[in-house]
Amino acid sequence: MSAAHDHHHGPAKGISRWLFTTNHKDIGTMYLLFSFAMFLLGGTFALVIRAELFQPGLQFVEPNFFNQMTTMHGLIMVFGAVMPAFVGLANWMIPLMIGAPDMALPRMNNWSFWILPFAFAMMVSTLFMEGGGPNFGWTFYAPLSTTYGPPSTTFFIFAVHILGASSIMGAINVIATILNMRAPGMTLMKMPLFVWTWLITAYLLIAVMPVLAGVVTMMLFDIHFGTAFFDAAGGGDPVLFQHLFWFFGHPEVYIMILPAFGIVSAIIPTFARKRLFGYESMVYATASIAFLSFIVWAHHMFTVGMPLAGQLFFMYATMLIAVPTGVKVFNWVATMFRGSMTFETPMLFAIAFVVLFTIGGFTGVMLAITPVDFQYHDTYFVVAHFHYVLVPGAVFSIMAATYYWLPKWTGYMYDENLGKLHFWLSFIGVNVLFFPQHFLGLAGMPRRIPDYALQFADFNWISSVGGFLFGFSQLILVYIVYKCARGGKPASAQVWEGAQGLEWTVPSPAPYHTFETPPDPALIKAP
Amino acid sequence: MKTDKAPSKNKTVVTKLSFAVVGMFAFGFALVPLYDVICDITGLNGKTSNLVVQAEAGEIIDESREITVQFIARESADMGWGFTPSAAQVKVKPGEVNMISYKVTNSSDKVMVGQAIPSVAPNAAAGHLNKVECFCFEEQILQPGESADMPLRFFVDPALSADISKLTLSYTLYDITEKSDKLKALAAR
Repeated sequence: MSAAHDHHHGPAKGISRWLFTTNHKDIGTMYLLFSFAMFLLGGTFALVIRAELFQPGLQFVEPNFFNQMTTMHGLIMVFGAVMPAFVGLANWMIPLMIGAPDMALPRMNNWSFWILPFAFAMMVSTLFMEGGGPNFGWTFYAPLSTTYGPPSTTFFIFAVHILGASSIMGAINVIATILNMRAPGMTLMKMPLFVWTWLITAYLLIAVMPVLAGVVTMMLFDIHFGTAFFDAAGGGDPVLFQHLFWFFGHPEVYIMILPAFGIVSAIIPTFARKRLFGYESMVYATASIAFLSFIVWAHHMFTVGMPLAGQLFFMYATMLIAVPTGVKVFNWVATMFRGSMTFETPMLFAIAFVVLFTIGGFTGVMLAITPVDFQYHDTYFVVAHFHYVLVPGAVFSIMAATYYWLPKWTGYMYDENLGKLHFWLSFIGVNVLFFPQHFLGLAGMPRRIPDYALQFADFNWISSVGGFLFGFSQLILVYIVYKCARGGKPASAQVWEGAQGLEWTVPSPAPYHTFETPPDPALIKAP
Repeated sequence: MKTDKAPSKNKTVVTKLSFAVVGMFAFGFALVPLYDVICDITGLNGKTSNLVVQAEAGEIIDESREITVQFIARESADMGWGFTPSAAQVKVKPGEVNMISYKVTNSSDKVMVGQAIPSVAPNAAAGHLNKVECFCFEEQILQPGESADMPLRFFVDPALSADISKLTLSYTLYDITEKSDKLKALAAR
């Protein structure tokens, strides 16, 4: 077989294309479809929760099943929806953005995707096991998950091991790609911000996913092999679990938001038709946030009883994160200032991201204040806070990215009217859903309860109505993506008038193989 | 950049990052002893030393202030023992040795082994409640219906910070029947 012939083959036919593919675009597509399926599944669990909380009293589900729903909703959204969606976007876009022919380690790429469905099949199957699935919250605090956990906890632990391995392999691949595969002329400080944020995210993943694997391994030993890492009766300490978990858990929340910063930093300049304001400060702010994320974990556990010095340290360190985050928000606003803005669907999602993520950021600063955290801890205020940063934050950025790059992926324009409809219903739905939860939390409603005192009834039904509105609006997105994949107005290579970057120099849809010869260095400009 | 060096460069990156992954996995486990050391130094988790202090007890008595020491006894879920201190609280002068006892009763119908784990609040005071004689971490075997008194002799370190006037010593009794070596030795006889 001649080399020339080898270079021009298309994808294999049938199912084997997807099973054995090492093509970054195929794998990216699979990641994105998988995460979208998980998003709908985790969303269904959330609707069970909101249906139960629509009125006080127990209506639909048993409290134990309710607890399984809150737990699985959290686990699936964090590990099944948001993280794989960002990995999918990284797979698709990083090689295109840096002018590389593929990811650095294509076969490992295939493997890191294909172990994910097995991890989640195992995790979801626990719901059908005797004793039910995990019911201890996505944070799986010991001893709830060790001494008092259901028998299926072991399957949960293995599922976390597998998805952890997947994330670590994905991260290694991203780092190897960015460090080794950049086209000539693509210096580090010319890389698009999405590439930068993913590089830093990948380092975070490598630093903390092994710690998570260690924590669940300790749980496994406590449950089955008689050790007492977290069992006070044997000289262990349940609080140690919380320290270990949040040492992973806090960087984890930045893993879920840094790539979102990168996406928004790509979209806003395109539709404001201006260069990104303060590119370098964006890079440094991202790195600062990543560094700070390692020294603030105990703000999740102020109420366990810490020395005053510890509380003060974690309070001030946490508040410090507002500084680099503020740099980013002001840079986005400055990019839009006096720009020739148009409001296509990706831009709408990106602007909503900036506004609503900032609200979530502010409630984060409120929670960082130790004395008031004692009141807010484990209430719906916390639920409102992290849903504001994760849903109109991370999830909106993924939707913005989907609309922004969908024409590049499929070669067709999506339906702009339906896109706007999807945006406005999602935007209204998400605020009706989560804004009242601030008030519920301030009034003292605890999180993770299937029933509540009567005074919380009004805000809960408002929140549930918003929940169903937001949830069912996502079916529009399913239809838009399906319709766009089937056909529509052909997209040009440039797609968006103001778009900058190497990914817009290849035709739409992006050919199966791109940048087999490096792009012309003249095309590479600083963002 | 497609050069001949790319595969070996990838190998270097993968090797380095794999070491980082293994290192962070090990670091997770290293945090366990590290946490104990930090807690020992700072009293972070309220754990008190299980070492019995012999020396300076009663040497210096600070007559100028009085500390209230409260006693809490809890048993872990479903244990079925009675576990109560002889007094809910006592007022002591720092440095002065006091005695109190806890009564345990096995009201179940089988031989059981219990073990009490102490904890002191506020945490900052954990290092200042010294026990001259105590039953902490000792395995207590009780026949069905049997009772025992477990004595505790303690004094409050005069070096206790002046803004603390109340201490709580909490014992949690755990059922360790299944894990106990003593019971196994007894059964083997």
